[in-house]
Amino acid sequence: MRLEPRTVTSGAATILWPAGAILATIVFSSVLVMIAGASPLTVFWLVVKGAAGSQFAALETLTRATPLIFTGLAVAVAFRARLWNIGAEAQLYLGAVMTVVLGTGAVTLPSAGLIPLIMIAAMLTGALTLLGPAILKTRFGVDEVVTTLLLNFIVLLFVSMLLEGPLKDPMGLGWPQSKRVIADAQLPRLIQGKRLHFGFVLAVVSAIVVWVIMKKTVLGYEMRAVGHNAEAARFAGIPVNRVIVKTALLSGGLAALAGFSEVAGLKGNLTLDLSPGYGYTGIVVAMLAMLNPLGVIAAAIFVAGIFVGADAMSRSANVPSYIAEVMVATSLLTMVAAIMLMRYRVRWR
Amino acid sequence: MDHAEGPEAEIVLRLAGMTKRFGPLVANDAISLSLARGEVVALLGENGAGKTTLMNILFGHYTADEGQIEAFGKALPPGDPNAALAAGIGMVHQHFTLADQMTVLENIVLGTRPLWSFNLGKAEARRRIRELATGYGLDVDPDRMITELSVGERQRVEILKALYREARILILDEPTAVLTPMETDALFATLKKLVAAGLSVIFISHKLGEVQSVSDRVVVLRGGKLAGERVTSDATRRELAELMVGGQLPVNEIGPPTPGATLFELRGVATRTMGGAALKQVSMQLRGGEITGLAGISGNGQAALAALIAGTLEASEGNIIVHGETARHWSPRTALDKGLGRIPEDRHATGMIGDMSVAENVISEAYRSPRFSRFGFLDWTAAASFAGDIIKAYDVKCPSPEARVRLLSGGNMQKLILGRALDGNPDIILASQPTRGLDVGAVAYVHARLIEARDRGAAVLLISEDLDEIQTLSDRILVIHRGHLSKPSLRGELSVMELGELMAGHGVAEGAEHAA
Amino acid sequence: MTEAFEILFTASFWVAAIRIASPLIFATMGELICERAGVLNLGIEGIMVAGAFTGWFTVYMGGDLWTGVFVAAMTGAMFGLLHGFLTVPLGLSQHVTGIGITLLASSLTYFTYRILLPEVTSPPKIEPFQPFAVPVLSDIPVLGPALFNQTPLTYLAYVTVAAVAFVLYRTPVGVAVRAVGENPSAVEAQGISVTAVRIGAVMAGSALMAIGGAFLTMSAFNSFFFEMINGRGWIAIALVVFGSWRPGKALIGAILFAAFDAYQVRLQQITGGIIPYQIFLMMPFVLSIVALVVVARRATYPKALMIPYQKGER
Repeated sequence: MRLEPRTVTSGAATILWPAGAILATIVFSSVLVMIAGASPLTVFWLVVKGAAGSQFAALETLTRATPLIFTGLAVAVAFRARLWNIGAEAQLYLGAVMTVVLGTGAVTLPSAGLIPLIMIAAMLTGALTLLGPAILKTRFGVDEVVTTLLLNFIVLLFVSMLLEGPLKDPMGLGWPQSKRVIADAQLPRLIQGKRLHFGFVLAVVSAIVVWVIMKKTVLGYEMRAVGHNAEAARFAGIPVNRVIVKTALLSGGLAALAGFSEVAGLKGNLTLDLSPGYGYTGIVVAMLAMLNPLGVIAAAIFVAGIFVGADAMSRSANVPSYIAEVMVATSLLTMVAAIMLMRYRVRWR
Repeated sequence: MDHAEGPEAEIVLRLAGMTKRFGPLVANDAISLSLARGEVVALLGENGAGKTTLMNILFGHYTADEGQIEAFGKALPPGDPNAALAAGIGMVHQHFTLADQMTVLENIVLGTRPLWSFNLGKAEARRRIRELATGYGLDVDPDRMITELSVGERQRVEILKALYREARILILDEPTAVLTPMETDALFATLKKLVAAGLSVIFISHKLGEVQSVSDRVVVLRGGKLAGERVTSDATRRELAELMVGGQLPVNEIGPPTPGATLFELRGVATRTMGGAALKQVSMQLRGGEITGLAGISGNGQAALAALIAGTLEASEGNIIVHGETARHWSPRTALDKGLGRIPEDRHATGMIGDMSVAENVISEAYRSPRFSRFGFLDWTAAASFAGDIIKAYDVKCPSPEARVRLLSGGNMQKLILGRALDGNPDIILASQPTRGLDVGAVAYVHARLIEARDRGAAVLLISEDLDEIQTLSDRILVIHRGHLSKPSLRGELSVMELGELMAGHGVAEGAEHAA
Repeated sequence: MTEAFEILFTASFWVAAIRIASPLIFATMGELICERAGVLNLGIEGIMVAGAFTGWFTVYMGGDLWTGVFVAAMTGAMFGLLHGFLTVPLGLSQHVTGIGITLLASSLTYFTYRILLPEVTSPPKIEPFQPFAVPVLSDIPVLGPALFNQTPLTYLAYVTVAAVAFVLYRTPVGVAVRAVGENPSAVEAQGISVTAVRIGAVMAGSALMAIGGAFLTMSAFNSFFFEMINGRGWIAIALVVFGSWRPGKALIGAILFAAFDAYQVRLQQITGGIIPYQIFLMMPFVLSIVALVVVARRATYPKALMIPYQKGER
């Protein structure tokens, strides 16, 4: 079996292959649902209803999509330059740490000054987190996949240490959690009394900004060139290592915004369960979006919908909510395969 | 080689009506071919004529759309690499198929024993390899790592691989491209011995001279079709050339040089290795209005020299002097700023970014200039119109500036690279293997552009492993061997054999200290 | 201070070190086989989770311990088949696919666990492998009990290293695996299918990774709980690089690493809470990164690692 590049990708192929991927995901999860002893139709209906069946559900989905847009963008940007940042989780947590450090009363400014200040500081923290692996890669040739993966564990332990030490909330009844951010550091809610917050707007704006960077600017051009063929980019005089470092700073900063927006917009404080793996799910989001920054918004909402819907479903049907993770992982694998088959033709001989 | 001629000779291999299509392209169009026992058939054709496709079908890497293959009277099942090997067909690929971090012996025994046995049978294998090596003049130590071997030795390993499997038909794909003239002679001697032992050989080449000296019969392919078949002794060189090209060979007129000032100079430069020899104390001068040719066997430091001048490899000692000024810092960026035009050795890996568009590729050296960007934002309109200019001026066949470069042919890709490199009339030009893998028309085109640049006063360095190309184009010739340069010689001063001696290292190292 | 030093000479310390090393040895050998064939397998973390569960669950359902090991290995091989199919003939990004396999294998495991054991609150236990003292050898002071008073699975780990080294360097199939990671066209030209060798290697490697996971539930502990793999797969990937893709060196790396891990646990007890425990827990990960930095420059990795192969292309 061989793959031959298609000179033209037909319109039908661009629809049929991804549709096939989604179908395969649904079929596979249906089998699992049946093994769990439930009816797939009912379960999927409950998932859809739980994700978008009411104003509450839809807003909850968008709220859950917010951090995923940030981590999805972080991954999309990095993967585009072929910087394998698997460490968005770590960058997210350190962004959250910085938000708590500055936002719990250490700095007092009016909201209009304090929020941008915290945001920038959080981004810098995330950027610096990925700077380490980027420099190890460019200077010493250390594979960033492993270093960013290992950093996730190191950072989580570091956060745990902070939450039991300097950042511990004295009023927290002994729980490892930080103090709550002050009112001026909180992102406003978009609708009074609902959980959806200004972080969602920030995420969408970030996606648009990243899209402009990738399409229109010198930096975006350099990043794409380095990602597609670093050797040719270097030959042409593109400063490859500098571009990788810049990419790392951008990617780390975006991932940190996920942590910032979760703390300042939603949770109010930092705990060890701030992120149920948003950093890893960001990889799925970015791949489903085919690394397109605007596509990340849609992919994040789709993935968030599955999670939110599955949570709701598992409360009424007797199917573990882990089905959401299985569906997301399956859709990642089927979708990357579909994208490949969209661009290449399989010749059996 | 006068064995087994005539109609009574046993036919060992017969290809009948082979057709292979890739989408709209017909790579092989009803090609038939036969090979007799003890015969050397040359398969002549320029790049893209369909030689490699035909051999890939024979080896089961591709399946033909039509046609049959018969080896030793039995039909060969299509699409099964093992069938060809089992039928006694061995192939020496142009790009060696050797695992570098493994020994000669391991490479040779690979696939010759059942995969699930507990023993490599090393002692027996070693004995047989030594026997074959002495019998056919293919001297290699079975226990050395491939990385330690020269290119000529690696080719011997490839031939040994086939002989070890008791191949009765040997196919050699452009085997002389990487050899010195002396090594070529040794290879031909080996082929004589093989034929005397009853093997049959298919010799794939686009070089007329060696086809005439080695083969009994010539089969010519052109544009995927059989263009003609001749008994070698009955055919003239001119006749073969016209069959191959389908008309007159395009010839570039090259007038006498008008050497100007020294524009570029290396003084005592050394580098680390670039997957071949490293440069050792290399000095050279490039003068305006002159093409300097650098000859040498692949892997003797050409890659390092090209990378050094292009700016991708740093010098560990020595100086680079451009327009009389010593460059303090040297990188691709500074090379471009100093007005170098650079054509890299490998179009796909280094020259172009396949997954980006033509427009994105042609601006890759100049995207930071105000011509293409302002305040960090790119001007895509300017880029597209620049791409359009190159497409027109260099006659590039491509649908639009937005087309992905990956979909272009090698010749068109090279034209884009020329367009990018020669934009703004650089007065120092580095052309590294600029015609590798191109068809005759494209080769002539590239040569014409280089001569044109030289005639307007540019200093051109032509690095090539094709000695014919070097001799045709160069006003001065340097030879590189294990990172040392020979003394320069003028056009026509040295014979092919004398250049071959230098390429094999006789007299290069001594000359290095005095090189101009 | 002397107390911290004396730990190194206690048999219990070395016993613990070898026990900690065992799952890493399986995982490292598994990853090494995959990478030697040119396929990075980031599915390792998830495959270990799946192996830990299926091995344990087989025994929990009344199966024999060795049946459990076999079932774990088969589970791993199945995920290996999936990873191999997606990355070899389809040529998908090994990074993305590997992460996908990890997500899939671990989420499938958690889902299955919740379905099969819905009502349990505390994880149920099995009767795990027991230490078996090898006569004579286990009487050697310090090293004897450390190396030869372990569970049979640890002995299997030793055998695995020897077998992997033997197969890679002394048998035709090993030569094919190494060649396919160096230059696939060399293998294709000799009539061996690159796809078959690569998928086979990934399946075999993944089976070993899964046994590594099963070691935790069937030998080191006696129950399955979430997050129990806790980055061991990623550490195994670092150990492969540290061992320069050679079984012997990788074994030494795994033991050194485990010794360090065992040491920090004991040091933690001595220091008695002056230093936050998280610092100690971080050390294995930090150490892995340091090890990577130290060897990265001079590592000669398999040349075709992470490069998909297309037939007839050279």
